[in-house]
Amino acid sequence: MEFLSYLISGLNLGSVYAIIALGYTMVYGIAKMLNFAHGDVIMVGGFISYYALDAVFKKSGLPFWFSAIIAVVLAMIVCTVLGVLIEGLAYRPLRAAPSLAVLITAIGVSYFLQNSALLICGAQFKTYQSIISGTLNLFGGGLSIPYVSMLTVVVCIVIMVGLTLFTSKTKMGKAMRACSEDKGAAQLMGINVNKTISTTFAIGSALAAIAGVLLCSSFPILKPTTGSMPGIKAFTAAVFGGIGSIPGAFLGGLLLGIIESFAKAYISTQLANTIVFAVLIIVLLVRPAGLLGKYVPEKV
Amino acid sequence: MSKKLKKLSGAPKRDYFSYLLVTAAFILITALNGGGLLSKQMQGLLVPVCCYIIMALSLNLTVGIMGELSLGHAGFMSLGAFSGVVVSQSLITAVPNDALRLVISIAVGAVVAAFAGFLIGLPVLRLRGDYLAIVTLAFGEIIMDVINCLIVGHDANGLHVIFNFRGDKTVADLDLAEGGVAIIKGAQGAVGTKTISTFTAGFIIILITLFIVLNFIRSRTGRAVIAIRDNRIAAESVGVDVMKYKMIAFVISTTLAGMAGALYGLNFSMISADKFNFNTSILVLVFVVLGGLGNMLGSIIAATVLYILPEALRGLQDYRMLIYAIVLILVMLATNNPKVRNLFLRIIPKRKSAEGGTAK
Repeated sequence: MEFLSYLISGLNLGSVYAIIALGYTMVYGIAKMLNFAHGDVIMVGGFISYYALDAVFKKSGLPFWFSAIIAVVLAMIVCTVLGVLIEGLAYRPLRAAPSLAVLITAIGVSYFLQNSALLICGAQFKTYQSIISGTLNLFGGGLSIPYVSMLTVVVCIVIMVGLTLFTSKTKMGKAMRACSEDKGAAQLMGINVNKTISTTFAIGSALAAIAGVLLCSSFPILKPTTGSMPGIKAFTAAVFGGIGSIPGAFLGGLLLGIIESFAKAYISTQLANTIVFAVLIIVLLVRPAGLLGKYVPEKV
Repeated sequence: MSKKLKKLSGAPKRDYFSYLLVTAAFILITALNGGGLLSKQMQGLLVPVCCYIIMALSLNLTVGIMGELSLGHAGFMSLGAFSGVVVSQSLITAVPNDALRLVISIAVGAVVAAFAGFLIGLPVLRLRGDYLAIVTLAFGEIIMDVINCLIVGHDANGLHVIFNFRGDKTVADLDLAEGGVAIIKGAQGAVGTKTISTFTAGFIIILITLFIVLNFIRSRTGRAVIAIRDNRIAAESVGVDVMKYKMIAFVISTTLAGMAGALYGLNFSMISADKFNFNTSILVLVFVVLGGLGNMLGSIIAATVLYILPEALRGLQDYRMLIYAIVLILVMLATNNPKVRNLFLRIIPKRKSAEGGTAK
């Protein structure tokens, strides 16, 4: 039973990582940049939904579940706009610049978001009210599964399937894949590259908002640096699964969450991150392009 | 032959200029300090600035010269800092002379970081690009976590070390004899360190670092490393051993980071491993990129200005990091976007010709 409950909390954490990693991997696949500000968009999503839930539920007298939906939708809208703005203002002017310049700009954006949040919301952390509370008790109370864990896993699977269908079936999805293969050729085929990249950022940021809500619902401490560590871990997860690959990000996220949960439970709380990163290093040594990544040999 | 080579590598006039500038800055600041013109806050910044300059030079070797992105450089600084602190605190009675003890500590810090650099380099340098970057990030976090678990003490019987990975051990478990002191207390970090770093020591190490790095670039090995950076396949095809040369450059880089760390660790009476986290690695990377990849003088200037900038903005309190972030983004846009750069060039038309002048 203990094992199962650790597995469930691992799946919960892993699903959150997977949702963030999906955003990371899409942006990386198309823009070939490490978007370090992604973790902070999660934090923004958390704060928006926190304030929105507070305001809507208390002022309007609507039922809680309905207020929660409004809060999530609002957070997604704000984060989408934010993601597109960041891309347009900070990353688009650097399309032709060396990748390190873009990386530093992303770090600048990350600092900017964190410190804006610090100024607006204060340094004191907020206790996030979970959008769905309660637990499902099985085996006469031997195993209790929080509803939020179930919701997180379901949402994660839905997003993964949705994104896979989107990139393989729709016109925009195909355009994204074309851009990630070769931007120049895609442009020659009449694809609007800038618009495609903006759309990718919009989707990635909307996912970040959902991840923010689910992350804070499971781990209810919200502060300006809330997004940093999950951001780094999700990035690790994306690399773990093979960066640029959607099923890879999903698999990487879930595995990372489960490893972390078991490491915390059975080995050491202090060294949980160490174990996660050690597994990543070992995987990359055996499969240099991640679990599901394509290894592209260099041509001379 | 050597004369010809010197010419080829762009007569190192710029190198001498770097040494000269650093020395001049040192003399100026020492004079200002002697005249009592530096505020207490500024005095406190002197040694850390030196450490970050060394870190920037060291990282520039990895990122600028070797061309591989390292996101965990603070980890090596951390190793240098904590090994330096342990050595220094253990030798307090054996080597009462502060300067000598500082030299020994820095040497040990450098050796520990070099060894770690070699071990970590073995797997890391086989990877490429973003995969390499993420693995250095992973190692940086691992080093931080491991040091957070260490409890180290010293008494008449020697060093006592506990690896507190379950979080249930305390200093009492060290079983220190009478007169023993705890040096590293787990997550609290090193506490009660006798601070022996000085600005002069920082200056000397900067000069040594600069000497090592600049001469490395112009050496046979350095040219091999640059050849690998510019075109790995071409370099490999003419018989350059990629792994070997990358390893040499990486180990030199981590050694320097260890020296910087030891100097940094011995400048504060309290320091915890969390100080050397991902953000510190990024901070140094920002110095390197803004100073210019492969440009050592640029690294020195960027490290100095960018380290002092947030401190100088302290009057603005909460807004300082926001301003820092905006400055960072604007500088990257200004230096890398052709439209914005042309605008700048039109405003300051002489800039380009002036730069050409110094290079001649």
